[in-house]
Amino acid sequence: MARRLRSGRAGAAMVIAVGTLATACAAPGSDSPQPQATTASPVSAAPTCGTAPITMSGYFETGFPLPKALTAEFAKQHPNVTWNIREDQFAVITQNAPRVLADNPPDLMRVPQVSELVKDNLLKNLDGYARVFGWDRWPASQLEQLRMGPGGRPRGEGSLYAMGLNFSMTGLFYNKKLAEQIGMSAPPATLAELDAVLAKAKDAGITPIVQFNGGATGGLAFPLQDLMAAYGPTGPINDWIFQKPGAGIDTPTNLQAVQHLERWIKAGYFQKDVNAVDYATMMSRFIGGKGLFMFNGDWESGNLDKQLPGDVGFTLMPPARQGGKRAAMSAPLAFGIAANAKNADCAAFFLNWVATDKRAREIGVEVGGSHPMGPADAHLPAVKPGTVTADTLAAGADIARDNGAMDFIANATGAIYAKSWTPQLQKLAAGQQTPQGLLKAVQADYARQIEGN
Amino acid sequence: MTPPAPGRPARRRGAGAKTRGWAGWLFVVPALAFYAVFVLRPISLTFQYSLYRWDGIGPSTWAGLANYGKVFTDPALYDSLINAVKLIVFFSAVPVLLGLAIAATIRRIAHTRLAVVARTVLFLPQVIPLVAAGIAWSWLLSSTGAVNQFLSLLGLGGVTRAWLGDLSTALPAVGMIGAWVLLGLCTLLLLAGMSKIDPALYEAARLDGAGAWREFVSITVPSLRQEIAVCVTVTVIAALASFDIIYISTQGGPGNATMVPGLQIYYLAFSEREVGMASALAVVLMLLVIACALPIQWFTKDGKR
Repeated sequence: MARRLRSGRAGAAMVIAVGTLATACAAPGSDSPQPQATTASPVSAAPTCGTAPITMSGYFETGFPLPKALTAEFAKQHPNVTWNIREDQFAVITQNAPRVLADNPPDLMRVPQVSELVKDNLLKNLDGYARVFGWDRWPASQLEQLRMGPGGRPRGEGSLYAMGLNFSMTGLFYNKKLAEQIGMSAPPATLAELDAVLAKAKDAGITPIVQFNGGATGGLAFPLQDLMAAYGPTGPINDWIFQKPGAGIDTPTNLQAVQHLERWIKAGYFQKDVNAVDYATMMSRFIGGKGLFMFNGDWESGNLDKQLPGDVGFTLMPPARQGGKRAAMSAPLAFGIAANAKNADCAAFFLNWVATDKRAREIGVEVGGSHPMGPADAHLPAVKPGTVTADTLAAGADIARDNGAMDFIANATGAIYAKSWTPQLQKLAAGQQTPQGLLKAVQADYARQIEGN
Repeated sequence: MTPPAPGRPARRRGAGAKTRGWAGWLFVVPALAFYAVFVLRPISLTFQYSLYRWDGIGPSTWAGLANYGKVFTDPALYDSLINAVKLIVFFSAVPVLLGLAIAATIRRIAHTRLAVVARTVLFLPQVIPLVAAGIAWSWLLSSTGAVNQFLSLLGLGGVTRAWLGDLSTALPAVGMIGAWVLLGLCTLLLLAGMSKIDPALYEAARLDGAGAWREFVSITVPSLRQEIAVCVTVTVIAALASFDIIYISTQGGPGNATMVPGLQIYYLAFSEREVGMASALAVVLMLLVIACALPIQWFTKDGKR
């Protein structure tokens, strides 16, 4: 009897405890101090890192040696600066970004899609620095993707909230030995030529395209967006990515692009198990000579030059018609300064140094394999001709001439890639989605996600 | 509940039930505090968050039960719940039924060395971290993996495919990984249960002319009611709350074919930053687990009485 009574009392106590715990809390998020929207702080003279010893905190991406190579060189040139660097995988950074920026603000951080961070006032507005350092006189397309309107929307215009260490270029890597086997002496100049080459490879028993499309990473988005830009202008695609009002992905030329991709799938130009191939598997297959083409970006240039020296070429997606404009996904390797960073001035000075210092630009190309940021006429280090890096840098110049840089359709909203593009492209690859259905579904998700923000 | 502590002075023995009760509470306070902070508080916070729209950082807005409404109307969310229910077949039915058969077989050959080997091999998956199991199986099930090589060897080259990359086979494939992991646990539990069955029962049955099948159905299975209940409970919960195997092997793909609530909650909270929705789905999942686990408990309790 006593035991029963006691357990009843314990139960009551527990209920009370749970109740108190639940009601004691105010609405979530209201207890943490809300950072104020950062406006461009007026900067009169160009900031420096001073001469007193200073420790900079950095939060970088694991597996990419460029930022560390740059900070090491920077510390050599500025002995009063030491770096305290934490590294994580990009997926982890993406998940941690808001909390890290709010609780433990780093001076310099590799940032994922920035709109939501700007919305929560977690990133420093860099307009003041841009003015005194002259970043606003660089080719506008370099920094366009990092500009945001108030509240993080739309992107592509407004204040600057992050800066690139370099900007990457995407396109088609090809295996020169396999290309020779099927008689492809020069990269295809039109989409029709590309189709012909793919068919030839297929007939010769060579996998025409190795691509990843498994798990949560729909890599068919690479060829798809290239096809979109081959069929139509890049402007509306960028507008959609930047969430400009009224922009839609479900356009006639985009439909042609998805239909073209579907033809490639049905013709067997991708591996049969494309829905089970992740990025690493794709890379090992391409390096192993198991495919003619791979849609990827120049962050792999250095790696491919090392693994298959002289055997890999790079070309931009050919336009639909001979002599047409070329386009490519191209994005700055974005780094931001936390709104509450202790050494924001020094971080800004570092970002400017990366784009303007001769040695830093050399490191950007040698280690990063991509085009450095900065004025159009700035020093560009010489690279060995015939390397992939040389090809990708040349492609960068072509894109600049044709004004064909696009952000990636996967960056339109924080969730559009994992929730929409990836499952839809996987269904398309499995023959369980139509091109029209795919675009309609993505557009519907996009509208819902924007409305929800 | 609270036996008097040894060595306590005798004069305090008469201090009454009340003091004894308080002393007892004192002993459980550390554990209770941990339980409150690390179990009750997160549960109540999850419930609270589920009533708001919140991105995890900024200000939140009151949403009432709207998030719960969405769990049952957004096809992406309730599909994940349906997938979890489908996984029960693989995570529970296969290991328990197969485990029963294997345990009965091992018991019959209990004195041979083969039994020891079989027990070890079957239990091994329990010792291997799930992440390692997920990686190993994603290799085995890849288009050029051991499973397909074996099938080709048998002349079944026509059915080979990337099992985890095919919309129709991905869910059964991750289900089989789960079955492989849980089979050992069930077998061992059932074997332990069998060792408690009085051998006289079998002897009597045999004298009455019962065969192996009859023994199994009339003696083994009824005697293992409790163990089976434990197996079913543990595996059903593992199926509904599955995360690691799927996160490693398919990440919910292809085309959401293997999306389960555990993964969906994670994506909602950490990539979509919809903490309210994630919490609502978590609460629904918790209730679903309780709704599945409690009847199993009641069912076996009643059977005992």
